[in-house]
Amino acid sequence: MATSSTDVQIGPNTPAREHPAAHLTTDDRVGLLRAMLFMRAIEERAMNLYRQGKVPGSFYDGFGQEAVSVGATWAMAAADRLCVLHRDLGAHVVRGVQPAAILSQYMGREAGITSGRDGNVHFGDHRTGCVGMVSMLPDMMLVAAGMAMAFKLRGEQRCALTWFGDGSTSRGDFHEAMNWAGVQQLPVIFILENNQFAYSTPIKQQFAVNPVERAAAYGFPGVSVDGNDVEAMFEATRVARERAICGGGPTLIEAATMRMHGHGAHDDMKYVPKALVEEWREKDPVDRQSARVKELGVDVDALRKEVRAAVDAAAKKALAGPMPDPATATDRLFHPRDAEEILLQDGTAPWSGFSLMRPADRPSR
Amino acid sequence: MTEMTYLRAISDGLRNEMRDDDRVLLMGEDIGVYGGAFKVTDGFIEEFGADRVMDTPLAESGIVGTAVGAAVVGLRPVCEMQFADFVSCGFDQIINVAGKMYYRQGLPVNITIRLPSGGGFSGGPFHSQNPEAWFMHSPGLKVVAPSTAEDAKGMIIASIRDPNPVIYMEHKNLYRHVKGEVPEGSYETPFRARVAREGNDLVVITYGAMVHTALEATADLDGASIMVLDLRSLVPLDEEAILSAVHDCSKVIIVDEANQTCAAGAQVAALVAERAFEDLDGPVVRVASPDVPIPFSPPLEAAVLPSVERVREACRQLLEY
Repeated sequence: MATSSTDVQIGPNTPAREHPAAHLTTDDRVGLLRAMLFMRAIEERAMNLYRQGKVPGSFYDGFGQEAVSVGATWAMAAADRLCVLHRDLGAHVVRGVQPAAILSQYMGREAGITSGRDGNVHFGDHRTGCVGMVSMLPDMMLVAAGMAMAFKLRGEQRCALTWFGDGSTSRGDFHEAMNWAGVQQLPVIFILENNQFAYSTPIKQQFAVNPVERAAAYGFPGVSVDGNDVEAMFEATRVARERAICGGGPTLIEAATMRMHGHGAHDDMKYVPKALVEEWREKDPVDRQSARVKELGVDVDALRKEVRAAVDAAAKKALAGPMPDPATATDRLFHPRDAEEILLQDGTAPWSGFSLMRPADRPSR
Repeated sequence: MTEMTYLRAISDGLRNEMRDDDRVLLMGEDIGVYGGAFKVTDGFIEEFGADRVMDTPLAESGIVGTAVGAAVVGLRPVCEMQFADFVSCGFDQIINVAGKMYYRQGLPVNITIRLPSGGGFSGGPFHSQNPEAWFMHSPGLKVVAPSTAEDAKGMIIASIRDPNPVIYMEHKNLYRHVKGEVPEGSYETPFRARVAREGNDLVVITYGAMVHTALEATADLDGASIMVLDLRSLVPLDEEAILSAVHDCSKVIIVDEANQTCAAGAQVAALVAERAFEDLDGPVVRVASPDVPIPFSPPLEAAVLPSVERVREACRQLLEY
C-alpha cells in the first residue's frame, strides 16, 4: 500500500530487521574500520613494493573488498577456524597476523608466513586458526566443511568459515562441499565473494542463476548481503555463526561486491567497463565506514595516520629481513614422527560480544 | 599369532587403532552399514557407531577434502576409496591440498587414504589400476604397498600414526588369496623394504601382489639362488636395501603390475643405473604392464598383467646373460 507524508503512523517506525550495528560497540565499529585501513594500507604498500621489483611473481589484492573479510572475521570466535582466500587479507589482520610478516610473505622473505615457500596471499598462519588457500578454487570449501564435521562429531560449539569467488561456483568442489555440509548439517559458513569477475570472465558467463539461490536446494539458507558494508557483513556472519553453533547447520552468504583492481597486478582490466568501476567507487567500503565512525566523534584522520605509520614501520622491518637460505629448499617435506603434534591454534577474536559474555557462555573447545 | 587373510589383517589393524585412539575415524562410500565393497570394515559400525564409520556421499574430492579439514583440527581420518581407480576424482585435494600443506604452512595433515588396487579378476579399465606412481611423483605424500598379512596390519597402523598423508595401496587380489600369521595387538611395520627370500644369483625387486608372482616364478628356477626384495614402501624408497641387494646379486629384474612408463620400477631402475652401475653384471630388466588400459576380457587381461611365466622367462634370460 502506498503511503504519503500525511498518513498517520501507528506503532514504532523501525524496520523488522535489527539494525546491523545492534551488536557492535563503538570500539567494534572503530575496530572494523581500523582493520580495513590496515588491509588497504598493507596492500597499497605491497603494490608499491611490487612496482619496485621487490615482490616476485605477481601481486593480488582485495582493494574495495575489505569489508567482506573484515566484517565476517569480526564475528568469529577464537576457537573457530577459517580458510582464507586471496582477496581476504582482512581476515589475517583481524586474527592477529602482523603486518611485517604479511609484507615479508609477499616479498618471499624468510620471515614470511610460509618462509618463502609460497607467495602472495597463499598463506595461513596456523597459530591464528587459519588455513591458507590453494590456487585451485574452491578446494577450501571442503576443508572448511571437514573442520566443521570434526567440531560436530566432537560435540563442540565451534564453527568453520571460508570464502570463495563467483568463478568457484562453477567447479565440482562447490557442489561437493555444499551437498556434504547440507547432508550432515555442519556448522560451516560459506561466503561467496561475488566480485563480478573471475579473472576476465563476467558472472553472466559463469552462472545462469545466482548461486545464493542454490543454497535452498542443498537444504540450508542462502542470504545476499551488501559486501561493501562491513557492519552488514558482520551481522550476517554473526547470525550464521549463531545458527551454526546451535546446531542449525550451514549458511551461504553472498557478499555482493566488486573487484576494483585487475585479477593481479599484471592485469590492466581493460575488459571491465569504466562506468562500472566508477559506480562501485562510490560504494567504497572504507569510505562508508569512515563516515559512520566520524559521526561517532572519532578522529578518522588520526586513525589513518596511526595505521600508515604502523605499516611504514612494518615495511621497513620486512625489507631488512633476509631472503630464505637456498639450502633449506628441500627441508620440511614431512613432519617427523617423534615431533610434537601441530594443529591449528586459536586466533584473535576482537568482537566485544565474546568478552561481554559470561565465561560459561563463551565459545570454547 | 593368528592366521588370517590379508583383508582381515587390514581390518584388524584398523580396529586396533579405532579402539586405541578415539581420534581415528573411517570415511568412505558404503563402508558403514554395508561394511565396504570388499567388507574390510564389516561389523565396524556396530562396534564404533556411524559417526566413526562414516558412510559419505559419493564424492571422492569431498572425502579427501573434508578429511584434510578434520585432520588439521585434530582427528585422524582414514579414507577408503572404493576402488583405487576412483581416486582420480579426489586427485586435486590429495596433490594440492594435503600434499603441500606441511611444506607451505608447517601444518601436518595426518590422513591415510586406502586404495584397493590392482587387476586379475576382469575388473576392466576402471577397477584394475595401480595408480601408485601418480602419488610418488607428487611431493609430500608417503606411498606404501604391503604384500603380506602381517605387513598389511603393521603398515595400516604405521600409516595412521604417521603425521603425514599416507597413500596405502592394498591389492585386491591379495585380499583373500594371501594368508599368514599375524601378531595380536598393536605393532608397526616400518616403511622399509624386506627380503622376501634370500639369494645371490639375481634379485627380483618388486612390491604388492607382484611379490607373490615373483616368489612363485623363482621358487625353483633351475637351481638358481634368487633373492626377492619386497619394497613395501615406495615413498620413502628404501634405497639402501635396493643398492645392497644389487651389490649382492649383480643381476636385477624389476617387476611392476602398473603400466610401465614412469612406474615405481622406473625409479628403482634409475637408482640402480646411477648408483650401482659398477655392481651390475647385466642390463637392468623390467617386467610391467604395457601402456594400455587394463582390459576386461580374461585372455586380454592375462596378456597385459605380468604373469609368473613372464617373470620366470625374464629371470632365465638374465641368468644366462
